[in-house]
Amino acid sequence: MSSRSMDSFVIRGAARADGTRTDVRVDGGVIVATGALVAVAGERTIDADGLLLLPGFVDLHTHLRQPGGEGAETVLTGSRAAAAGGFTTIHAMPNTTPAADGPGVVEQVAALGEEAGYVDVRPIGAVSKGREGKELAELVAMARSRARVRIFSDDGSCVADPLLMRRALEYARIVDGVIAQHAEEPRLTAGAQLHDGAVAADLGLKGWPAVAEEAIIARDALLAESTDSRLHVCHVSTAGSVEVLRWAKRRGIRITAEVTPHHLWLTDESARGYDARFKVNPPLRTAEDVAVLRAALADGTIDAVATDHAPHPAESKRSEWSAAAMGMVGLETAVLVVQAAMVETGLIDWPEVERAMSSRPAEIAGLVDAARPIAEGRPADLVLLDPTARRRFGVEHLAGRSTNSPYLGQDLPGRVVATFFRGTPTVLDGAVREPDQLGAAW
Amino acid sequence: MSEHLLSTKGFTRDSAVTLLDVAEDMADTQRRQVKKLPTLRGTTIVNLFFEDSTRTRISFEAAAKRLSADVITFSAKGSSVSKGESLQDTAQTLQAMGADGIVIRHSSSGAAHTLATSGWTRAGVVNAGDGTHEHPTQALLDAFTIRKRRHGDDSRGRDLAGVRVVIVGDILHSRVARSNLWLLTAMGASVHLVAPPTLLPSHTEGWPVTTGIDLDEAIDGGPDVVMMLRVQRERMTEAFFPTAKEYASLYGLSVARADRLPESSLVMHPGPMNRGLEIAGAVADSPRSTVLEQVQNGIGVRMAVLYDVLAGERSA
Repeated sequence: MSSRSMDSFVIRGAARADGTRTDVRVDGGVIVATGALVAVAGERTIDADGLLLLPGFVDLHTHLRQPGGEGAETVLTGSRAAAAGGFTTIHAMPNTTPAADGPGVVEQVAALGEEAGYVDVRPIGAVSKGREGKELAELVAMARSRARVRIFSDDGSCVADPLLMRRALEYARIVDGVIAQHAEEPRLTAGAQLHDGAVAADLGLKGWPAVAEEAIIARDALLAESTDSRLHVCHVSTAGSVEVLRWAKRRGIRITAEVTPHHLWLTDESARGYDARFKVNPPLRTAEDVAVLRAALADGTIDAVATDHAPHPAESKRSEWSAAAMGMVGLETAVLVVQAAMVETGLIDWPEVERAMSSRPAEIAGLVDAARPIAEGRPADLVLLDPTARRRFGVEHLAGRSTNSPYLGQDLPGRVVATFFRGTPTVLDGAVREPDQLGAAW
Repeated sequence: MSEHLLSTKGFTRDSAVTLLDVAEDMADTQRRQVKKLPTLRGTTIVNLFFEDSTRTRISFEAAAKRLSADVITFSAKGSSVSKGESLQDTAQTLQAMGADGIVIRHSSSGAAHTLATSGWTRAGVVNAGDGTHEHPTQALLDAFTIRKRRHGDDSRGRDLAGVRVVIVGDILHSRVARSNLWLLTAMGASVHLVAPPTLLPSHTEGWPVTTGIDLDEAIDGGPDVVMMLRVQRERMTEAFFPTAKEYASLYGLSVARADRLPESSLVMHPGPMNRGLEIAGAVADSPRSTVLEQVQNGIGVRMAVLYDVLAGERSA
């Protein structure tokens, strides 16, 4: 026991997702023991009695805005927001300026992530050069760069050209990559402002029809099947999309899908006050869509929860609806909203939350370590939750640079008490630690 | 007394009738030699027009001036707005200059709502048309016109119970249709919308109306009112319909169609009209047409609205 290093500690009395109690000893950033552990004199101990211990969350869909959008978020500030939400791995979408469409930008983002030190920042590479949907980007060069890119996406824009999509699916196989599609037929959504439903009709806002998403998912599923390639569908938002996914999975097509917390919790009714915090792409849908999405996450048709954390400066949201930017921040609130929408409704329990927010997204991203359960030898990416907490969510609970959260002023259950990234606490007692504290004693 | 007028959706039968009765009083004063009332003396009203609309702007201007308000007209074209100034900055500037009321016309749906709820200004906000959302004063003057035609000097206190209204044309993009369907049904009328399927919203199930795609069928139902909507010619380039000729033949109120209406049926149009497209010139000029009365009634109705929103103490 005297061989323990300075950064060893033990988490005592935590409940695993399945409810069993365990202690976890961490040393050198790795889990070295679990179960009922014998106390060691002088060892740093975290009392986790009554708290839930889960593997750190893995986000497949994060907008960090750097380079080019530092007024809204940076890799550092987005990493802090991620830690506040219990994430230890995030995937940075490539819709930056310039776009992350080659080894240079993805390596820069990965390096900024390492420097920040809060989470594992995994860049997603663009599918097409400049995300223009015309020419294939250098997928292999990005995969073989120091950023080791495995997911490619033009997110924010759909790879609408079926030929380019087919080529991308095929070409990504060289590096066992996956194409993550933002499914939106652009001709059906030009100028679209809100879900094409009764609320859009009332508000006089141009409708974003469900079919614009469903048609692309169906097309891409067939392309993935015919090329034996891997397809991941970003932010699934409609009941019809779930039907297509179910059909594709039954056929054995290599397709996975994610849903955002906001599509599990909010509906287009929220737009009635023209409050642009509720403007997002794909748009908030109907209560029926929400119910179907929840059921699909519960039965595994939808594999993962992904935040689509999309920070915007205040002026981009404080305007008339049609001039406002699309997107909402979501890292800090993700697990809270999942608890409200999925756990407290009795649809799933914590093992399924662990699957949807940690192991399954890690598998989709090809992250072997992050996909492993809490056990000896696994890197100590961990989160401690207090699911009994309940609070009025406020701007003081946000940790990134932007405050465009749709949940401000709402009562949300749960609280992230601590987050550990490779054994280093990034959040303690519910507070994100400062960058200069990360390497220091605690 | 209301804080703002943003939409007709909140109107009840009684609140609508009360407001139209005030408009009757206002209209009466307009028959006098001296048309000006001292009611809003010392009040500053800004006409904030981000979108060109000469008719609506001068109607509001006339209404405000006849209530003795000071009127400032702010047209976005050629102003700082066209140089990228935000709605927030414009609103805060007007607040700093002491605007008590803002009449806003904007191309973006919800702009009036955003202005009223943002905290950028304490002024009372009147929606003079926001994008494809609503145009509440148009619906009020339409309701006023229908009531006046039916009841003349005996209009006060009356609603529109039993009146069957058909609204025809580009429902999808029409703020006039949206404001009318809430107001007219609140006052007891029934509303039937007729449009090509491309120009009806895909979801109208939340609206207290019936819908159809056949104008002839609607005409043969013998409606009390046929309200024709203006068709924007650019809709043709967006594949909503192939040609003006085909639109006119399917959805235009021709002389032949108008002749099949009961003699008492009214034909309405919010203007400006495309004669020969959605409405034949002879129909627009026929005795059943209320087009000019609508314009005339607009002033009294807008006086009533400005009075309702601006007279008395405003909450800070």
